Amino acid sequence: MEASQRQLIRLGETNRQEVIVVVDGRNVGALEGDTLLTAVLVQAGRLRVSEFGDGSRAGFCLMGACQDCWMWTADGRRIRACTTFVAPGLSVLTYPKEGVWPLPE
Amino acid sequence: MAAPRIVVVGAGPAGTRAAEALVSSGIRPVVIDEAARSGGQIYRRQPPNFKRGYEKLYGFDAQKALGLHQCFDGFGDDIDYRPETSVWNVRDRKLYTVCRNRSGEVEFDAAIFATGATDRLAPVKGWTLPGCFSLGGSQIALKAQACSIGKRVAFFGTGPLLYLIAYQYAKAGVDVAAVIDTSPFANQAKAIPLLAARPSLLARGLYFRAFLASKRIPVHSGARSVEIVGSDRVRAVIVRTAGKTFEIETDAVGTGFHLRSENQLADLAGCSFLFDHLTQQWRPNIDQDGRTDRAGIYLAGDGARILGADAAETAGRLAAIGAMRDLGLPQSEDEIRRLRRQMQRFERFRKGLLVAFPWPEALAREATDDVLVCRCEAITVGSLRQTAVHEDALELNRAKAFSRVGMGRCQGRFCGSAAAEIVAAARDVNLADVGRIRGQAPIKPFPGGIDEEVAA
Repeated sequence: MEASQRQLIRLGETNRQEVIVVVDGRNVGALEGDTLLTAVLVQAGRLRVSEFGDGSRAGFCLMGACQDCWMWTADGRRIRACTTFVAPGLSVLTYPKEGVWPLPE
Repeated sequence: MAAPRIVVVGAGPAGTRAAEALVSSGIRPVVIDEAARSGGQIYRRQPPNFKRGYEKLYGFDAQKALGLHQCFDGFGDDIDYRPETSVWNVRDRKLYTVCRNRSGEVEFDAAIFATGATDRLAPVKGWTLPGCFSLGGSQIALKAQACSIGKRVAFFGTGPLLYLIAYQYAKAGVDVAAVIDTSPFANQAKAIPLLAARPSLLARGLYFRAFLASKRIPVHSGARSVEIVGSDRVRAVIVRTAGKTFEIETDAVGTGFHLRSENQLADLAGCSFLFDHLTQQWRPNIDQDGRTDRAGIYLAGDGARILGADAAETAGRLAAIGAMRDLGLPQSEDEIRRLRRQMQRFERFRKGLLVAFPWPEALAREATDDVLVCRCEAITVGSLRQTAVHEDALELNRAKAFSRVGMGRCQGRFCGSAAAEIVAAARDVNLADVGRIRGQAPIKPFPGGIDEEVAA
């Protein structure tokens, strides 16, 4: 995750407790009160790769309705990044473990 | 007689005022809300450890937001409050809920659905690129997370939110590249007599325009189409107006075309819907107090009809009073008449907004075949057109079954308006004749792994 690729820009409220989350196996510094979407997109340009082969996605509605911001937990569960708040120990993947649709034979 | 069991779904302006009316009549309602904190979307609260004050967060509406939040916080044990809980189905006077990984059921004598709205969207090329967010999402980033959606942001769409959010971003110091409105400027002038039903809101709209002008932020009215370009993220928007085509460099786009109601619960409850020619959308058929044609089911706020936050407060009160009256609890007729008169004024203003900012049907109808109409499963406009013609899909649910447009995980929330236009245009029939995507339970996807509630 390169800083130059970041999508969201913090405008304030930066005096908060740091929380470390794990994205694709790498530690990412977030702030308490960040959603997972915020924590990822202030440092990166995407949340996930579309399972349907049309490229990267970074969320859309931010209110839990469009389901565009699904990420995967290390044990394969899906979570909505826009309605999940960061917490210590949270570990997510930006891609589905089983691969992108259509799955190889 | 046991106290009637009344449940309110949603804790925004409509849900809060409905609960307040119930509590003041001595009823202890169940209040179910998806969010962790009350307020809904427009008065959404920031996380508790954020420090910005109400003036900064809600601007002109600071006092209203404070009043609504204080009202809700004052309920304490007078309500059975269930935050972070989604209602995913309703059947036979019972709501089915999920809270984190726990399922639950709530039986009721009367239910008030105050479920709000989401942005109404039209698909344009590139709208799935990272950096393109809905207008509502753009506002949530700012209000609830103190973030801008990008370094240099363009706003594209139509409706009052377009100007409100562009203003909020500019005021927060963000570089706003442009405001691109599909509505011709002449429409806004034409709407002034109707908008004058609420002079303060009309004045506010004019103030936003003046503020944007003072910051030299270009406003392009009457845009015919927009293409969002970039490789793996937004790089620019290409705008086509009547006379010219031009490119604006930007790394983020906020887009939306007014709002659409979250009315799936009314649908699942079996309430009838009618086609609203002003919005070109189907909506639940309710009377002036929010009664549906299903006994015990009431609707209030933007989840019933898009009238805005002030109207939602009034409608919430009216629906609660109506529900109590129907359950045999006497209510003040003077109060009912007063609230109904307020609703008439909001209705007049609504008509003005729809004249000023019409839904741009041509955007979907004229979208090129390669545009993705379904964000969830990356299905193109061309594929939906093929289905409409070759699978004889004259009706939207048939088109959905064959094309999968509307079947993905947003369940048609973000493609439904456009899909109806595309099918109607492909088959050259009236929009009302293609119908609407039916609600299906669960109305939102579950998180993985739900524990069933086992009776002790």
